[in-house]
Amino acid sequence: MSITPRKDLLDIASLTNEEIEFVLANAVPFKDLFKRSVKKVPTLKGQTVLTLFYEPSTRTRSSFEVAANRLSADVTHFDIESSSVVKGESVLDTVETLESMRVDYIVVRHKQAGIPNLIAKNTRASVINAGDGWHAHPTQALLDAFTMREKFKDMRGARALIVGDLQHSRVARSTSLIFRRLGMNVAYLAPGSMMPRETPPEIPQFGNWTDALDWKPDVVYLLRVQSERMDEPFFPSAAEYHKNYGLTDARVQILRERGLWLMHPGPVNRGVEITDLGMSYEKSLINQQVENGIAVRMSVLYWLKPGAQ
Amino acid sequence: MTQPPDKLRQLLDAAGVARCLDEIAAAINAHWKDEARIALVGVYRRGVPFARALAERLRARGREVDFGKIDITQYRDDLQTMTIVPKLEGSDLDFDLDEAVVILCDEVIYTARTSRAALEELLDFGRPRCVQFAVLVDRAGRELPFQPDYAGLRVDLPQDERVSVRFTDGDGFDEVFVRPWPTKNA
Repeated sequence: MSITPRKDLLDIASLTNEEIEFVLANAVPFKDLFKRSVKKVPTLKGQTVLTLFYEPSTRTRSSFEVAANRLSADVTHFDIESSSVVKGESVLDTVETLESMRVDYIVVRHKQAGIPNLIAKNTRASVINAGDGWHAHPTQALLDAFTMREKFKDMRGARALIVGDLQHSRVARSTSLIFRRLGMNVAYLAPGSMMPRETPPEIPQFGNWTDALDWKPDVVYLLRVQSERMDEPFFPSAAEYHKNYGLTDARVQILRERGLWLMHPGPVNRGVEITDLGMSYEKSLINQQVENGIAVRMSVLYWLKPGAQ
Repeated sequence: MTQPPDKLRQLLDAAGVARCLDEIAAAINAHWKDEARIALVGVYRRGVPFARALAERLRARGREVDFGKIDITQYRDDLQTMTIVPKLEGSDLDFDLDEAVVILCDEVIYTARTSRAALEELLDFGRPRCVQFAVLVDRAGRELPFQPDYAGLRVDLPQDERVSVRFTDGDGFDEVFVRPWPTKNA
């Protein structure tokens, strides 16, 4: 089935099920390219993809850049001084500059929620949200869903336990949403200070591993502990977090005995949310998530069209 | 399966399609008589059942045949101007392409834009020793310099008509017919 293109990808909530299916289905042939001698297709030849990151990121930015390169697009990074406090007006000034450069796709990350939407309204280029504040990280959600789909023939009814700072995590917000849209059951494990203020009643909330594992998850999804938040009041210390909520060696053993999958969006804090043993766990999908991220981002770039709608 | 209501006229019936397939298979077999192995690669969509039908005939003559299919969507030269985004079918070349003799198979060649995309994609999978091109219908009207090595039927039609091919494998019947084509680039 062919579908009409969209201009922007800003969050998961605004996608139809048909659009989610389309992106996930097309990611399969894009991933197949990685096995070829030439891993590149001319799909976006002559198009310019620009990465505009107001927040530091190595993985997501590289993943988008590899994806764009494999589609034969020209890729440019727009350097934003990390020290400068960027206000709404100056973001729009930047957009005006990019508009003059006639870029076709803008991949944007910003610490403030809603900035990608603001940019999208003010440019002809397709805008992809690569993470805005606590709001959304739609390509992470799509790659997580794609990774699950590779493991479960039918995702419906599969159970994902998401562990960590759910209140301040755009990954948790987007991934939890797409998992549920695709029929999975989701539960949260976090200390009270990290539990989202508003959680739909169908999502069980657990305060300890024992209860959470009794829920019988199929996959444990660890969130990254943001070390910059550790100094804030009501936040546990790294050692405390590790002991109570981290994937300790003993908990890795439980995952192994029960055959559970393990996911993490990266980058990991070894010794905090995961141990060295956890990183080498045989049913960890962390490296697959990275590889799938490229395929899914290729699929998103393929679907979006500058100036659509 | 029912036939499209906008059908203008038949170019080949089932017996005609079978005769063309026999002739093409015989020509390929004769040309590559000293070759141990050849590969047939169908261009999605109806190049695939076309290639499969040729492969069956070649195997019936005792030949070893590799089979593959390619979806040229990622290589199309009109993606930026299309108003819809096609679903990707994916390519599948599950044999070693390096040093292989490959016959690219498509049901119709017309402008040759698909042929250009198919050849470019094939070469991104590896380095075949030789590539030839087989079609069931060779329609006049090239926009690019590609000529088939094997063709079942040659036709020259007005621009507002299109050639449609149906194969038992997938469609339920073998037939080649002409129908109206309102926009040339549809």
